[in-house]
Amino acid sequence: MYLRDLITLTSSSFLTYRMRSFLTGLGIAIGIAAVILLTSIGEGLHQFMLSEFSQFGTNIISVQPGKTQTQGGNVGIFGSVRQVTLEDADALRRLPYVEHVIPGLVGNAEVRYEGRTRRTMVLGEGRDFGKAFTMKVQNGGFWTDADDEQARAQVVIGAKIQQELFAGQNPLGQYLRIGGQRYRVVGVMESKGQILGMDMDDTVFIPAARAMELFNRSGLMEINVSYRADVPAETMIRLIKERMIERHGREDFTIISQEQALEVLSSVLNILTFAVGALGGISLLVGAVGILTIMTMAVTERTAEIGLLRALGAREQQVLALFLGEAIMLSALGGVLGLGIGIGMAQGLHLLFPALPVHTPWLYAVLAELSAVSIGLAAGVAPAMRAARLDPVEALHAE
Amino acid sequence: MIELQNVCRTFIVGDQEVAALRNIDLSFGAGEYISIMGPSGSGKSTMLNMLGLLDRPSSGTYLLDGGNVTDLDDEQLARVRREKIGFVFQSFHLVPRLTAAQNVELPMILAGIPADERKQRVQVLMRNYGLSDRADHKPDQLSGGQRQRVAIARATVMNPSVLLADEPTGNLDRNTGWEVLKLLEGLLEQGITLVVVTHDAEIGARAQRRIHMLDGRIVSDESIQNDSK
Repeated sequence: MYLRDLITLTSSSFLTYRMRSFLTGLGIAIGIAAVILLTSIGEGLHQFMLSEFSQFGTNIISVQPGKTQTQGGNVGIFGSVRQVTLEDADALRRLPYVEHVIPGLVGNAEVRYEGRTRRTMVLGEGRDFGKAFTMKVQNGGFWTDADDEQARAQVVIGAKIQQELFAGQNPLGQYLRIGGQRYRVVGVMESKGQILGMDMDDTVFIPAARAMELFNRSGLMEINVSYRADVPAETMIRLIKERMIERHGREDFTIISQEQALEVLSSVLNILTFAVGALGGISLLVGAVGILTIMTMAVTERTAEIGLLRALGAREQQVLALFLGEAIMLSALGGVLGLGIGIGMAQGLHLLFPALPVHTPWLYAVLAELSAVSIGLAAGVAPAMRAARLDPVEALHAE
Repeated sequence: MIELQNVCRTFIVGDQEVAALRNIDLSFGAGEYISIMGPSGSGKSTMLNMLGLLDRPSSGTYLLDGGNVTDLDDEQLARVRREKIGFVFQSFHLVPRLTAAQNVELPMILAGIPADERKQRVQVLMRNYGLSDRADHKPDQLSGGQRQRVAIARATVMNPSVLLADEPTGNLDRNTGWEVLKLLEGLLEQGITLVVVTHDAEIGARAQRRIHMLDGRIVSDESIQNDSK
């Protein structure tokens, strides 16, 4: 028997029992639609979170003072461990594969310009900040002084600071007062908006050495090391750890790799997406029961026909194939319908609520359709086997 | 070409053994016209199922075209049914979802014959049986006689050597019944062996060889050389 004939024969029963077949297929369609909709939202959230986290760039490893055994905040800021210093940053800069090293610390200070005052976040950074992180300078540029004690009092300001303090004036070359000290404005950042709740536009960037002085600190809060993209994070972590232990004598620092943090986040989000998809899978199960019911009925109704087929020379296998084919076709068509509904609803939601990120990965769509087909197969096996094993004589005389 | 040797068939009904066929010895040659008659329960239907390889003997041997078909497995049996045996039933047994042409095509689909060849053979048969203008009708749009003609076309489309007809006129009025019988008898000229099971003596009398059954036994087996009709 040719596959095309099998399809013609099985589809003839759909055309006869249109309503019944449609409703049975709908059971599967609702299940598939639920799975697709929920995983689309889950995957959308996933991608949204990842892109939020990786906005700064991904090939960055951070060294922080103090050794932590867990992922919690470190005690280096308040503890008595050895500080991480600008000299440490210089030492890391000489490691292989390193592209940029940015010493960093953060604090709050009052920023004043011609009588206007704003309390804002002050980031002490290195001169390569703009190159290591994916943040662009809109106007001017970062200072070029080396990251050491001699760095002059220069400042790059966020877009919001420019707006609030300079109100449209060109700030380049002007002098700001940050915590009472005079800083010359050398650059304005491009507006970046909020990243994980931090307003990156309401920020000023000054050389790390000046920030240490401003906040009266003798150490850095972190050193960010960006490295070549083709070098694995493990290699880079090992190199940095060796160099730091060499300098400090013991491991009194913590290394956080963005790649590893992303992996953890990603796996958590994957589990979430999977769990949500599994919930939708329950409705698929209900659809499978529908197929089982309809196929059992079909075998009973068509018993005489099965007898006839056997009399005409159909093998048990062919009868099996006909009924299995029908179950699979029901669920496959239901699956396609469900994909349409699911993707349509996901996109519709996105249109209604643009803030809600949705994304339907092709793999999920294919997997959903495959699972619809295998559900049809599983639900169809028992009735189809019963059909195949009917005694031809008894089947023929059933009315 | 058909030979039954000491064939028995027993059924278990409840805790009782019921013998439907008892020690049947019978042989037909090619091109014979045989009627099997008897009251209901005489075993004539079981006999037909046995001849059609739908049922297996409990004991005894069945030889078809010289080959022993008693112990074939499902696949081999299906093949023999497909290639050598045609069935015509009292209640036509057409698939209601398929058109007349598709019903005739069905055995060839099961046999895996290519579509072009199927189309051709169906067309020829439909024309021969005067069904050309009914090819695309569903069975419920056909008269009883047309339905049985479709069923006969289906039974002969694989060119079987034996045609088994189980009360072929039972659901038809008298005139239509005669037409259908004539059609079946016309197949004898092509060398087919025609076995008609009936309880209608008038129909049974048309066959050259008349077998009467009672309680699972052959009680008479007479051959008439001169066709009276």
